[in-house]
Amino acid sequence: MSDLLRHAWVIARKDLVIELRSRTAFVSTLVFTVLVLIVFNFGRDPTATAVLDLAPGILCVTYTFAAMLALNRAFQLELENQALEGLLLTPISRRSIYIGKLIANLAFVGLVEAVGLPLFVVFFNVPVGHVLPALAGLIALSTVGFVAVGTLFSAMVIRTRFAELMLPVLQLPFSIPPLVLAVLATAKLFTGRPLEESLGYLKLLAAYDIVFIGLSTLLFPATVDE
Amino acid sequence: MTLASRGRAVTAVALLLLVGVYVRALAFTPLERFQGAAQKIFYLHVPAAWSAMLAMGMVGLASVLYLLLKDQRFDRFAAASAEVGTAFCVVMLTTGPLWARPVWGTWWAWDARLTLTLFLFFLYIGYLLLRQAVGDPPGARARYSAVLGICGTVLLPFIHLSVYLFRTLHPQPIVLKPSAPSLPGVMLVTLLYSFGVFTLLYIGFVMQRYAVGEESAHA
Repeated sequence: MSDLLRHAWVIARKDLVIELRSRTAFVSTLVFTVLVLIVFNFGRDPTATAVLDLAPGILCVTYTFAAMLALNRAFQLELENQALEGLLLTPISRRSIYIGKLIANLAFVGLVEAVGLPLFVVFFNVPVGHVLPALAGLIALSTVGFVAVGTLFSAMVIRTRFAELMLPVLQLPFSIPPLVLAVLATAKLFTGRPLEESLGYLKLLAAYDIVFIGLSTLLFPATVDE
Repeated sequence: MTLASRGRAVTAVALLLLVGVYVRALAFTPLERFQGAAQKIFYLHVPAAWSAMLAMGMVGLASVLYLLLKDQRFDRFAAASAEVGTAFCVVMLTTGPLWARPVWGTWWAWDARLTLTLFLFFLYIGYLLLRQAVGDPPGARARYSAVLGICGTVLLPFIHLSVYLFRTLHPQPIVLKPSAPSLPGVMLVTLLYSFGVFTLLYIGFVMQRYAVGEESAHA
């Protein structure tokens, strides 16, 4: 078990170092996130719709799109110079590779979300200060499961035709449970309801995360072993 | 007798029995008090939904078996079941709005079960698209689609639970529920008969589609 996680950490660190050196993917994902937020602002009539009605949806949909964009790069990275073959030849388990990729993706997406949140607050004037810990936890819960499935799928789609198109088509149905639950719970948070009211949503989110992290870890070897 | 011709025979019998469903539903089952004649589509809509769900369950099961046993036949079966399921999904998604318009007063509503079946349809489409898009490495198509098949089957209950938290317009379960079915006996018999016919149709279609898959694998 400790080997599994240690190896996973090596993989994750490798990915994050590559990311840190170029920063292109991070900057473009961030710019994309900001642009989506801005586009959303023009998708409503400010005199007719209160921003608080739309804010939870805007936040969660933006994050979903950002996560999906980020996931495309997870295994794309390994296509150059047949790095994936090299990775598979290393004497570490397939599951470590998956968990490592998942950690790197979560760090990447989490950072984008962390930078995106203040911008969301500024653009839409939604005060989140008093619910920040709850909101952060909620976003984390709704991101983890979705990114887990996405990491699994991105390992498959990079070797298909139209990879960039394929991933959203396969993955968007999987965004529905986290998106619906996160929107419902965020709406309660933004309107000042106590967190206890969202407990049911949070439990279901946690169940989704556990099931899909487990399933993806179990299934990942099937996507790389011939 | 080849599998294809046996499949054709099963389908022919099922189609004949389907005529029986129409006759029974239209002539020998009473009109529903509030919905009138519009309710008759129920005897096609619900069984088609059943077959579409059954097909996805079978895709999931065959995918698990494929990954465990690496037997190409399970992959071919999953592919056949997915295509047939897509067809039943189309039947369900077209008869649904036709029924909803006069009864709910709207073609479409974002109700729990509607949304669930819409995503079932998109899962099927994604599954079939993925099968098309995988080229090399050899054997990847079967593995990738098995992974997606399993994930998709596991996803459905989650979609159902989460969209259920929005208010639902659909009738509550009337047959499979703890208390006795709340459907009058005559209607229940017609419905169950139709369930049987649609299951048989599913079997017939899958047999034929599987035979096609077998042919192209050996060609």
